[in-house]
Amino acid sequence: MKLVVAIIRPERLNNVLEALFRAKVAGLTISRVQGHGGEIERVETYRGTTVKMELTDKVRLEIGVSDHFVEPTVKAIMQGARTGDVGDGKIFVVPVEHVYRIRTGELDRAAVTPVGVPPD
Amino acid sequence: MPPNISPADTAWLLIATALVLMMTPALGFFYGGMVRAKNALNTLMMSFSALGFVGLAWAFFGYSIAFGHSNQWWGGGEYFFLRGVGLDANGTIPHVLYFAYQGTFAIITAALISGAIVERMRFGPYLAFITLWSLVVYAPIAHWVWGGGWIGKLGALDFAGGTVVHVNAAAAALVCAVVVGARKDYARQAILPQNVPFTLLGAGLLWLGWFGFNAGSALGANRSAALAFTNTMFAPIATLVVWTLLDLFRSGKATAVGAATGIVVGLVAITPAAGFISPMSAIFLGAFAAFPSYFTLLYRARTRLDDSLDVVAAHGVGGIVGALLTGVLAQKSWNGTADGVIAGNWSQLGIQAIAIVATIVYSGAATLLIVKVLSAVTTIRTQAREEGLGLDFTQHGEEAYSRGEGAILLLDGRNE
Repeated sequence: MKLVVAIIRPERLNNVLEALFRAKVAGLTISRVQGHGGEIERVETYRGTTVKMELTDKVRLEIGVSDHFVEPTVKAIMQGARTGDVGDGKIFVVPVEHVYRIRTGELDRAAVTPVGVPPD
Repeated sequence: MPPNISPADTAWLLIATALVLMMTPALGFFYGGMVRAKNALNTLMMSFSALGFVGLAWAFFGYSIAFGHSNQWWGGGEYFFLRGVGLDANGTIPHVLYFAYQGTFAIITAALISGAIVERMRFGPYLAFITLWSLVVYAPIAHWVWGGGWIGKLGALDFAGGTVVHVNAAAAALVCAVVVGARKDYARQAILPQNVPFTLLGAGLLWLGWFGFNAGSALGANRSAALAFTNTMFAPIATLVVWTLLDLFRSGKATAVGAATGIVVGLVAITPAAGFISPMSAIFLGAFAAFPSYFTLLYRARTRLDDSLDVVAAHGVGGIVGALLTGVLAQKSWNGTADGVIAGNWSQLGIQAIAIVATIVYSGAATLLIVKVLSAVTTIRTQAREEGLGLDFTQHGEEAYSRGEGAILLLDGRNE
């Protein structure tokens, strides 16, 4: 199993979700985060105060998948999140030691396979 | 004080002018609550800047075009730059006050259009548009109806601007929505209101301001003002009840955005009728007006027309229904001037229809011309990337809800 962690633009989230659901990736967690990834800096002015926004709003997706699902997941995120400008984000694929499904106590592969899909 | 200036009338119009001026920021909040957070400031600024740009255009040229005495089609240049607008009586109030009061109408009418093109129009071209529009479209139509022009001479009844303000702005909004085009996310993604309490606050403040709009249009502290005031209270009350019941019957839930919309639709519908019909007629008018706007709204959302904040459904349909029902419900026993269908005068309905059609045709055509000219000299729409980032940052360099994390102070406002 792998944990796919993706940092993407908030305004691309809906496209990414659409692409993921089309790729049959059903279980995921998102959080709103802030980060810096070499984007062109944003300068804002409030009355006389001018500030450079070093941190940009991003969305972080965490998706636990079985090995053969890694590629379609990554592909879907790439396709949904890419604009071609600096700041599109990153995808990290991280090995996972164990996954438990809390409701049933299922372990690993069974735990990351969506309900209703037979674990092949 | 000259003998023909009435202190009571002047006092009421002073207050009414301030009330109507407040409606434009209120509209900003009504609209600003319904867009996404990344466009909240831009939407508010579309209303706030109308206060500046349209207001100035009104003082320099608009007032003269609307209320000068040149001919039936336009007022001419006699009051350009407020030449001759002094402290002498205009009716029973000082001329300067009449000028200021009418200016608040020009401002909000232009700001109303913004609801059709929020979240996607570049700000500079927007400013140019509303400024030109207030002079080329609003001022002449105001002249036709109120400034001694041909629609007024026909005998059309428009107490406070059902056609001049609402039908006019809605026709322009429809043209703008079509020419500027839909938002890139429209009908692809859910676009949800960022702050529904803002929208309710805006609707409440609009209602308050509308007492100045309608009862002030009596241009005095008199019986006509009292009637318009009462009708401005009870017509939206009826609309709010019917709208809520429609919501309940359709989905089982009385929605807050629906309540805010119902109030505004009721206010729009009573505007042309306010000083002409009885309070019971106003309640009927308000209740009736809920239906066409409610179903137009539901229908519009399923079409490709991105009239984003439903200016056409609320102000266009509501304004047309109100203007027609004015021709039905007017009673000389209440207004002292004109009867409608219920008092046996069928021709009034025809005159109302002519006023509506003339306003839609002229406003639509002239708005198209202005937008096309602006598109020829500049780009009026934001790029898709800017739309994605939000117009607050890309057009104004600010955010509505900035947390300040990671913000580095640049001294002297310069980049290091």
